[in-house]
Amino acid sequence: MAPPPVYNQRSPSPSQPSGKGEVSDLKMQLRQLAGSRAPGTDDAKRDLFKKVISYMTIGIDVSSVFSEMVMCSATSDIVLKKMCYLYVGNYAKHNPDLSLLTINFLQRDCKDEDPMIRGLALRSLCSLRVANLVEYLVGPLGSGLKDSNNYVRMVAAMGVLKLYHISASTCVDADFPTTLKHLMLDDPDAQVVANCLSALQEIWSLEASKSEEASREREGLLSKPVVYYLLNRIKEFNEWAQCIVLELVAKYVPSDSNDIFDIMNLLEDRLQHANGAVVLATIKVFLHLTLSMTDVHQQVYERIKAPLLTLMSSGSPEQSYAVLSHLHLLVMRAPYIFSSDYKNFYCQYNEPFYVKKLKLEMLTAVANESNTYEIVTELCEYAANVDIPIARESIRAVGKIALQQYDVNAIVDRLLQFLEMEKDYVTAETLVLVKDLLRKYPQWSHDCIAVVGNISSKNVQEPKAKAALIWMLGEYAQDMQDAPYILESLIENWDEEHSAEVRLHLLSAVMKCFLRRPPETQKALGDALASGLADFHQDVHDRALLYYRLLQYDVSVAERVVNPPKQAVSVFADTQSSEIKDRIFDEFNSLSVVYQKPSYMFTDKEHRGPFAFSEELGSLSIGVESADNIVTAQRVEANDKDLLLGTSEKEESRGPGNNGSAYNAPAYDGSPALTAAPQTQLDLVSLDHTPAASVSSTSLAIDDLLGLGLPVASTPAPPPPPALELNPKAVLDPNSFQQKWRQLPISISQEISISPQGITALTTPQALIRHMQGQSIHCMASGGQAPNFKFFFFAQKAKESSNYLVECIINTSASKAQLKIKADDQSTSEAFSSLFQSALSKFGLP
Amino acid sequence: MISQFFVLSQRGDNIVFRDYRGDVQKGSAEIFFRKVKFWSEDAEEEAPPVFNVDGVNYFHVKVVGLLFVATMRTNTSPSLVLELLQRIARVIKDYLGVLSEDSLRKNFVLVYELLDEVIDFGYVQTTSTEVLKSYVFNEPIVVDAARLPPLGPASLFMQGSKRMPGTAITKSVVANEPGGRKREEIFVDIIEKISVTFSSSGYILTSEIDGTIQMKSYLTGNPEIRLALTDELTIGRGGRSIYDYGGSSGSGAVILDDCNFHESVHLDSFDVDRTLSLVPPDGEFPVMNYRITQEFKPPFRINTLIEEAGQLRAEVMLKIRAEFPSSITANTIVVQMPLPKYTTRVSFELEPGAVGQTTDFKESNRRLEWSLKKIIGGSEHTLRAKLTFSQELHGNITKEAGPVSMTFTVPMYNPSRLQVKYLQIAKKSKTYNPYRWVRYVTQANSYVARI
Repeated sequence: MAPPPVYNQRSPSPSQPSGKGEVSDLKMQLRQLAGSRAPGTDDAKRDLFKKVISYMTIGIDVSSVFSEMVMCSATSDIVLKKMCYLYVGNYAKHNPDLSLLTINFLQRDCKDEDPMIRGLALRSLCSLRVANLVEYLVGPLGSGLKDSNNYVRMVAAMGVLKLYHISASTCVDADFPTTLKHLMLDDPDAQVVANCLSALQEIWSLEASKSEEASREREGLLSKPVVYYLLNRIKEFNEWAQCIVLELVAKYVPSDSNDIFDIMNLLEDRLQHANGAVVLATIKVFLHLTLSMTDVHQQVYERIKAPLLTLMSSGSPEQSYAVLSHLHLLVMRAPYIFSSDYKNFYCQYNEPFYVKKLKLEMLTAVANESNTYEIVTELCEYAANVDIPIARESIRAVGKIALQQYDVNAIVDRLLQFLEMEKDYVTAETLVLVKDLLRKYPQWSHDCIAVVGNISSKNVQEPKAKAALIWMLGEYAQDMQDAPYILESLIENWDEEHSAEVRLHLLSAVMKCFLRRPPETQKALGDALASGLADFHQDVHDRALLYYRLLQYDVSVAERVVNPPKQAVSVFADTQSSEIKDRIFDEFNSLSVVYQKPSYMFTDKEHRGPFAFSEELGSLSIGVESADNIVTAQRVEANDKDLLLGTSEKEESRGPGNNGSAYNAPAYDGSPALTAAPQTQLDLVSLDHTPAASVSSTSLAIDDLLGLGLPVASTPAPPPPPALELNPKAVLDPNSFQQKWRQLPISISQEISISPQGITALTTPQALIRHMQGQSIHCMASGGQAPNFKFFFFAQKAKESSNYLVECIINTSASKAQLKIKADDQSTSEAFSSLFQSALSKFGLP
Repeated sequence: MISQFFVLSQRGDNIVFRDYRGDVQKGSAEIFFRKVKFWSEDAEEEAPPVFNVDGVNYFHVKVVGLLFVATMRTNTSPSLVLELLQRIARVIKDYLGVLSEDSLRKNFVLVYELLDEVIDFGYVQTTSTEVLKSYVFNEPIVVDAARLPPLGPASLFMQGSKRMPGTAITKSVVANEPGGRKREEIFVDIIEKISVTFSSSGYILTSEIDGTIQMKSYLTGNPEIRLALTDELTIGRGGRSIYDYGGSSGSGAVILDDCNFHESVHLDSFDVDRTLSLVPPDGEFPVMNYRITQEFKPPFRINTLIEEAGQLRAEVMLKIRAEFPSSITANTIVVQMPLPKYTTRVSFELEPGAVGQTTDFKESNRRLEWSLKKIIGGSEHTLRAKLTFSQELHGNITKEAGPVSMTFTVPMYNPSRLQVKYLQIAKKSKTYNPYRWVRYVTQANSYVARI
């Protein structure tokens, strides 16, 4: 017998039976009942079955009564049958041999005259999850799909999906997906249709990597006839099935604006649905359909406002949380839409922390010239509140608003009042903010310093706040009378200071102070350097050593290093790139919005939903740790291959002669790409050659360089510019990009070098994106971190809507870029390629 | 695609546990419970309803102290799953009459049966009690409702007015009553949750009504129902800012900012005569949710006075005035006020002849609590409290205390004045005359007065 499965590690709590004795008792009793036909047997069985299942739930292993349970299952009592099915489903996986015992009665039940029994038996049969039993599934499933009863068909559709997960080949060989497709397109029962759709989406997206046909079928689900068919039946579906259909529609690429308006008019009343999931799914459809129509898109924002606010306030706190996350995403894209509704985001007394926190974020996001005063007044109320976490968050919110530059005067006054409240946590949070404010608005230093100077450093214990205070002491040592002495007393307690961050700040501050007020600080500096050099923390030690050597070398150099004139910070770096934000927007109505990160960051590859474009880039930011650059690049490539690009790769290998390009051979076949790089124009892009050399292909490029006054004169005569002009305002939506990328063969695939200037400039993907945009080449998506970046670019011919698509993988440590170019009009792809490379070569030049 | 669904008790025991796809480890309930319990050192920060641990997404909602949890590996719509969890709780309640740890434990086999039909292989099939009835065969074991703490909006009707049969809302939709035949009846509840924030000078800073028309039908044969609402009902506030008070009050108009409807509701004649027609499915469901920011008269006024009385002392005076007609009585009123953190002792002084009032100083979180069993419309109640501090206060005492918050229930009263004009049931025969209960209730959501 198979070893007993570990069902649940939890040891039963004292109030619950320990198991063993009871289980063998049960076994005995079940055995006695198994053959009995006496009246009342069923009732006795029910009681026993219930016991078995209750043990199962609390984690006691009752797999040892498997055969007795099966023996007792010969009954016409449907409640008993159900309990038995539940039991069998739970233990079958770990007891494949025993499961064979159940096949007989399940198969018999699949032919029962009661459709209820047929359906239940079929569901249990498919839930056994035992690979060597799949042969018994095909027959019952086939008849189940043709059953006259909708309940059975509904169960069968899901059964096909279960079979697929047990044995994909059995499922595909039996041609079940095709059957499901027919059923989806003409079953009278909406739930059957919905189940077919769910099953097909899952099956086809998993199959798509293996079979081209499956990937075409997957595309087919998004075709106009299918989408319209489902939309026309939308009211027949229950609310949950509606969500599935709407999710599909959100990916549909409409053919024209009439298409868009038809769909929106049809779905308009879904916005009044009481189920928040339906409303959000509808909103996603509206937002995605209208992406390219700016005016309508704005109208959509107006339209969805009221329903969203209603959902936020009418549901449970958990639902409010989900809705608020989405509101936050929307408000980041269009801050003005909720600016007059800010009062809806005032915190209510009894809301849980997670709702209040999001509301505070909403308040910071909607703050503008007209409402800042009121919002900040409200936030100040929370700051004085007894609810400490919210008080802290509120102070941070006030600070964020101040940094947004609205009504700073009033806010600075408020912040300074916080410091006078003499509550430790309020003081701590405020100090951190005042520091940031001073970096942005140095003109306020006088007022702030006056107040900060009154704070006793003894009342500041939180490391962040302490660091902020110390920073200000160093930075404004000139204006704060006591600065050297406060620092001195802090240094005296060096050993009690546990935070390395604080010690680091202390070193810098005492240096700055020394450079301004040497006589008063000299002793403190000496002590600090001595303590720093003896510090066990590597960074602290190194900084102390650096300062020590600097001072030894030349004090004026030390001054320049430690205390250079500073420029006010105009904008603090955004924590999230706009690409990430766009990606999250693409994944509207999903967890990405709640977690504020795209799905590839929190989902395993095999669990990402169907149709997720994001996956491609997702694989990017993973797998960059390797030092071997070429290998990493290949890994990126490999990831792509088994993801979405799979089809195009296949197309490529099927007909390499198609486009007659010499570059068609994959450039990464293991040979070090560095040397194998094609010769033609690559030199233009590479290293230290005078930039003039790169003035090769386009008149555009020459203009630019002339404009920059670079030495063009020495250039050899450029080759005749290709007659290719790009549309500077090209637009392409992600869905069509994705489709084209899949459909078109690769015209050009090559590796080129990138100039060191370019590499230096490529600190973030955005830098390159902006640059390329200036060259009429637009970014569709980007991702990655140094040293590996990946971009998808597109461009359009100026006069016609012929597109070029580019995948560009840049490895900064190897100074290489791998290009794959696809084009609607392949005859011009060479010309485009040179245009692209020339644009790339100019990146990073002054 | 939902991998697992389980219900945990407050202590973290599995009450039901159903695995649908087998791609999340069995120990997930324990991982989940530990994560929720130790979310942050700060006890005031609760775990959010959705979080991710090692690639598994955990969704949960709290219903009557139980945790309803779903796990899954795929990325999906959070509102769908959270809504589903709420809905599962409601379906179970429809079946069991009351939802509690006890009733769940007694009926777990029935719950498993429901779960089998609600979700198949991670995909939602149906949450309609009506549809489920034909698939589910276990009979609920009804637990005694009287011993249980009240639950959900409808339970508000359990106390107070005698016109409301207390058993009805805790009656299972499937179980037969002891007498055999089911009683034909339908409940329509207009429940308004109000949020008001008063400034320290008594001015209304914000006010909102979140209303629901809740229905629970025990009618056999699913007759069609017509529900007529107040005539002067407008939806949407046009171009005006929603906080633009004035002008709207005085007239009898009820202006909803927005509303939504249950999927069974037909709105064909709603625009013409404000009538909703529907065939109510079994079980409890919201016919309509609405939101109002139109100005309304708050049911209670709160006056607070806090004054220092010497170095280590202060005095608090709380005054509550009920501003609704004397024919109406509010019940289960609780007034709370956080006190300065150095407060060590509080002595209370109730008004002379006070009945059904209790006071308490919760030392753990420095909170004053004043409970009143009922308040009759038009009356006024006062509480005086003397505080003793262990340390001298610095700064303004009003910054150290407050705000005052209040919870209450007012049956047969709704501040929006939205009314059900009539409830018409399509007649099957002349003698068919089911019981109709149309009930109003107002409840405090966040009722706060700053000091």
